[in-house]
Amino acid sequence: MMAALTLGGCFGSSKEAGGALTGGDSSAKETVQILNVSYDPTRELYQEYDKAFSAYWKKKTGQTVNIKQSHGGSGKQARAVIDGLDADVVTLALAYDIDAIQKKGLLKENWQKILPSNSSPYTSTIVFLVRKGNPKSIKDWDDLAKPGVSVITPNPKTSGGARWNYLAAWGYALKKQGGDENRAKEFVTKIIKNVPVLDSGARGATTTFVERGIGDVLITWENDALLAVNKLGKGNFEIVNPSLSILAEPPVAVVDKVVDKRGTREISEEYLKYLYSEEGQEIAAKNYYRPESKTVAAKYEKQFPKINTFTIDELFGGWEQAQKTHFSDGGVFDQIYKP
Amino acid sequence: MKTKWKQFSVLPGFSLTLGFTIFYLSLFVLLPLSAVFLKTATMDWGALWAAVTDPRVLASYKLSFGAACIAALMNVVFGLLVAWVLVRYSFPGKRVIDGLVDLPFALPTAVAGIALTAIYSENGLVGHYLQSLGIKVAFTPLGIIVALTFIGLPFVVRTVQPVLEDLDTHVEEAAASLGATGWQTFRRVILPELYPALLTGFALAFARALGEYGSVVFISGNMPMYTEITPLLIMSKLEQFDYAGATALAAVMLLASFVLLLFINLIQWRTGRRYAVKG
Repeated sequence: MMAALTLGGCFGSSKEAGGALTGGDSSAKETVQILNVSYDPTRELYQEYDKAFSAYWKKKTGQTVNIKQSHGGSGKQARAVIDGLDADVVTLALAYDIDAIQKKGLLKENWQKILPSNSSPYTSTIVFLVRKGNPKSIKDWDDLAKPGVSVITPNPKTSGGARWNYLAAWGYALKKQGGDENRAKEFVTKIIKNVPVLDSGARGATTTFVERGIGDVLITWENDALLAVNKLGKGNFEIVNPSLSILAEPPVAVVDKVVDKRGTREISEEYLKYLYSEEGQEIAAKNYYRPESKTVAAKYEKQFPKINTFTIDELFGGWEQAQKTHFSDGGVFDQIYKP
Repeated sequence: MKTKWKQFSVLPGFSLTLGFTIFYLSLFVLLPLSAVFLKTATMDWGALWAAVTDPRVLASYKLSFGAACIAALMNVVFGLLVAWVLVRYSFPGKRVIDGLVDLPFALPTAVAGIALTAIYSENGLVGHYLQSLGIKVAFTPLGIIVALTFIGLPFVVRTVQPVLEDLDTHVEEAAASLGATGWQTFRRVILPELYPALLTGFALAFARALGEYGSVVFISGNMPMYTEITPLLIMSKLEQFDYAGATALAAVMLLASFVLLLFINLIQWRTGRRYAVKG
């Protein structure tokens, strides 16, 4: 019996619900199931949010909703959806990954314009995690380029998170040096030369820094840094906020093809919209993501000090362009690394 | 001598079993593998050649094949030793050790990678001492060899063990009574018998190590041109949604492994026959 339940949970979830729901009006059914395909660090956030949303939806429509979560590397998750994983909604780390799904025709072209703030209900930024007392007195990006400072960041070729780190450093250098691309490249090269280990993913890099004790500074998402400071190693680490960083906007979107096939459009849209509600914003903030809502942000002011940020669109002309210039084979990152 | 393609056997159902064998192989081996080549075929020759001969990719082939080969050789030596002890001696806890040998099979490779990295990194249990000797293991090619040796060990032990068990100790006694030293007996009498099994073990451990991803990405540090294995580059191409580029690298690995395994099988077949004729 247990085995049957687990198997059903693993494999049958979307099919079973799909069969029951196809063509029908979803609100007429007693229970409805949707699948949220997300990336690694949002596991706790969505566990909490799903509970809240279920309660809200039950109260509103009387319908029981069963939300399945799937987590993994952002790019890997996007490929799973492209290859046929029936995700009703995707909540990934970069717009580039959702763009890739869009290119397969699963989403509308203007998907990022549908919800407020570039379809990102919560944001984050790139900060530094240093060891207690900040022994190398790291204050800003310039300190990361100094010789003798060991910097931990994952490989941008395999990790979406690492691409944010790299672009944050690039953008800082660009703004500081009046838009000179060559000097920005020189600056980022110096930082990359200080990296002793390129982990394949963001969580791996955090482990290298926190558990293995390697490196003087970890470049990481603010939410992961807050998690490390509050949960992983209380008192062993400190967060350093750079003077300028990038605004990380993890976007969310309804997968049109899937919700139309399964008849789950209404609930899937509401699922994402509710992320912008007071309650949704509060949960995001509690899980260390910067809320969009001004009132919730004011409440969590201490946790999220003001940091000057720039966006990908401003400095790099969007993800598509940034990816092409910097991370594709033969791009700037490869040039930096070629001997 | 003429041989018929179908020889008489007391067991019935040859055509049925052959049919099933081919069907099964097609479904689970040939079909997925052919997908690799089909996807690769969507590239034109120039792009394909550029993808598979990029300097970074070439460095990764060298590392992947080199480390897998060294790891398999280490397993041949130490796997034989483990098998020898398990077969020839009895001691308390032998069953437990015998069971432990299979553990690398059962363990998720990522867990193995994380555990090995924890032990061999600079502040790890073993790495700490090696570091003071000036040996760096984690995040170097040496670390990759350690991980690949770990996951390949059971193959050699499990292929050599049954052969050792079947070995007639009388032959060794005869050799000893004729005045052979222990080393001579081992080299002249025992090793030739074990040779085919050792080759099989080597081939299996080598093949397993070539495809290994999970444990290596944690211990290797993934530095371009230095500790990047080919499977990591395949993953990095997938991360850019470059399916064709990824399968191109996969196809190269597949072909190279196939040729190598075929070659090892050939040697094995020849040595097997030589000893069969002699014996």
